[in-house]
Amino acid sequence: MIGKMSKWLTVVAAAAILVMSLNSGVSAHELKVGASAPKSGPLVGGAVVTHWPNIRLWVEQVNARGGLKLSDGSHKLKLIELDDATNPGTAIANHERLVTQDKVDILLAPYGTGFNLATAAIFDKYGFPQITSTAITDKIPDLTSRFPGIFFTLGTTTAFSQGPIDILTKMRDAGEIGNRVAMVNVADAFGIEMAVVARDELKKAGFEVVYDTSYPLGTQDLAPVIKGAQDSKPDAFLAWSYPPDTFGLTEQAQIAQFNVDFFYTAVATAFPGFGGRFGAATEGILGAGGINPGNAAMLDYIKAHKESQNVAPDSWASGMVYATLQILEQAIEAVGKIDNPAIIKYIDTNSFDTVVGTITFKDQNNEKFWTVGQWQDGVFVGVNSEGRPGAQTIIPKATW
Amino acid sequence: MDIVVIGLLLGGTYALMALGLQLQYGVARIMNLATGEVLVAGSFGAFWFYTAANVSPYFSLVVVMPLAFALNWAIYRVVLQPLVSRAKSRGHHDIDSILATFGLAFIFVGVMSAIFGGNFFNYAYFARPFEIFGNSYGLNRIAAFGASVVLCAALYVWLTKTRMGLNLRAVAVNPGAAALVGINVAWASAFAFAMGGAVTAAGGAVLSTFLTFDASIGVLFTLKALVIVIMGGVGDIRGTVAAAFILGLAETTVAFLIDPGLTLAATYVLFILILLLKPEGLFGRRAA
Repeated sequence: MIGKMSKWLTVVAAAAILVMSLNSGVSAHELKVGASAPKSGPLVGGAVVTHWPNIRLWVEQVNARGGLKLSDGSHKLKLIELDDATNPGTAIANHERLVTQDKVDILLAPYGTGFNLATAAIFDKYGFPQITSTAITDKIPDLTSRFPGIFFTLGTTTAFSQGPIDILTKMRDAGEIGNRVAMVNVADAFGIEMAVVARDELKKAGFEVVYDTSYPLGTQDLAPVIKGAQDSKPDAFLAWSYPPDTFGLTEQAQIAQFNVDFFYTAVATAFPGFGGRFGAATEGILGAGGINPGNAAMLDYIKAHKESQNVAPDSWASGMVYATLQILEQAIEAVGKIDNPAIIKYIDTNSFDTVVGTITFKDQNNEKFWTVGQWQDGVFVGVNSEGRPGAQTIIPKATW
Repeated sequence: MDIVVIGLLLGGTYALMALGLQLQYGVARIMNLATGEVLVAGSFGAFWFYTAANVSPYFSLVVVMPLAFALNWAIYRVVLQPLVSRAKSRGHHDIDSILATFGLAFIFVGVMSAIFGGNFFNYAYFARPFEIFGNSYGLNRIAAFGASVVLCAALYVWLTKTRMGLNLRAVAVNPGAAALVGINVAWASAFAFAMGGAVTAAGGAVLSTFLTFDASIGVLFTLKALVIVIMGGVGDIRGTVAAAFILGLAETTVAFLIDPGLTLAATYVLFILILLLKPEGLFGRRAA
């Protein structure tokens, strides 16, 4: 019996070795693409909507057309995915591992502002370009002067807090809205930073902040927050919120019949799940992000994303994640080989056609991006941008 | 008035989170750090029933609770019982079970991530305004409050009026003596643990009607449940219910009158005060 078993084991092992050697034979000309981002932990809900599907879609599309065309022929891509567990330490270790052990040819930027900042030194140490797509910070000039290979595309904290305030100012000057703003924020890095900037900007623009409060991350009952805002009788509601509370605040506002002409929730308002959850009630809700619905390349991308990944992309950073991959693809093919200094130089000095429009870096920063979108007729369209054409007219928020 | 109603509704929510853990810790003496994950599993169960088969989350309890019971029974028998039997002292037992359930929490998160992915989940159920005293509240929260009242009452009657409840309480007070009077302590502990798991999963199913959840959010619930169970006192569900409502009312009062940002601080101030003044918890017995 044991003899038989070991014979079988030998056969199986031999077969396994054969299969493995065949596989490695095929992959000799493949380029390894390394990606590390959350597959667990607090940021996973954003990463699985915005980050991962785009990387998979891009690898699939590049391979479907035969691979990346370099000077020595076409190379298919082989994707290596690691989970950073929403832990900066793990993210750093993962990137180090992708470079030193997996020996990837292409290293992709991680998900989220903090993670891009945390890994910037690793990209720099090994000379890889880091085209960030989900990092928003006011420290861009600092970072780009320290790291020659880092590029920013999604904008600055100030621009994002300025977006809704620009809209408020426009609406007030047109006599569509009063002067009273209720502002709330999640007590987490993003929410606090946004609220601090917005508080000053609102005052400068002459608005009266009639309610200003924060709530802890993971608050289970947002009824007091909405009630407090409601009792302050505001004309506008501005929430620097994260995904779970974006849903919670909106549901509570609906239940409390909290009607304002301007209702803004920040992160996840652009998620397809938001439209799915609230349906027709989303009409007129504002949020961070936006797309140009008249951009044919964007519409093609949305279609491809749905077909390949079985879900729609979000209407904010999803397109930007894909655009950064397009930039990388175009730069690598133009250089014709995996030569990171040359690739970085090419990215720095050329213009790229992407699904979000043309991207040209100035001091390693893309200065054209959407800041505010609005749900109109079931689509989250861009209504305010820095330098992007196609902004839609803002519609008044429908009553709940 | 608003404060009282919203506070009570939140208290009901908290009771749903903590009741199961009270059974597990009070009787089976397992400080189950995976309780939040069991709760999220219940949420996923209800979500799946509602979106795939259009079954109301409340009806899904008929399936979710027995499944959770069976799963928790198996977990107790396979993973925890060996630890309980080899433990030389109460402290030893506590540390072993905390470590084991801490590990279980990771396994749960991994399994749920593998099945459902990392997405946020939520759905609209009873998300309509409901008027009380001229103010509107979410119907889903009021339904959850009703569910929590029913569940608390049922558990209380079961524990105080039935033979089996008496057995469980005997084990809670003194496992050694309970065995002497012919109670099968191992069986009673497994039953209490499984029942606690079923109650927690039921809580998760009910909470999913108004919370946005994902596979790794369980730890938030675990923390809340731990605070409530310890505040209320180990071994008495009245304490857990009282602590849940005190916490709900306190958080809402602070949110309304002071600042919503301070609700967490209020929770822990209360927690520390109670531990200082009455270390065994509101309804707890002083250690012999």
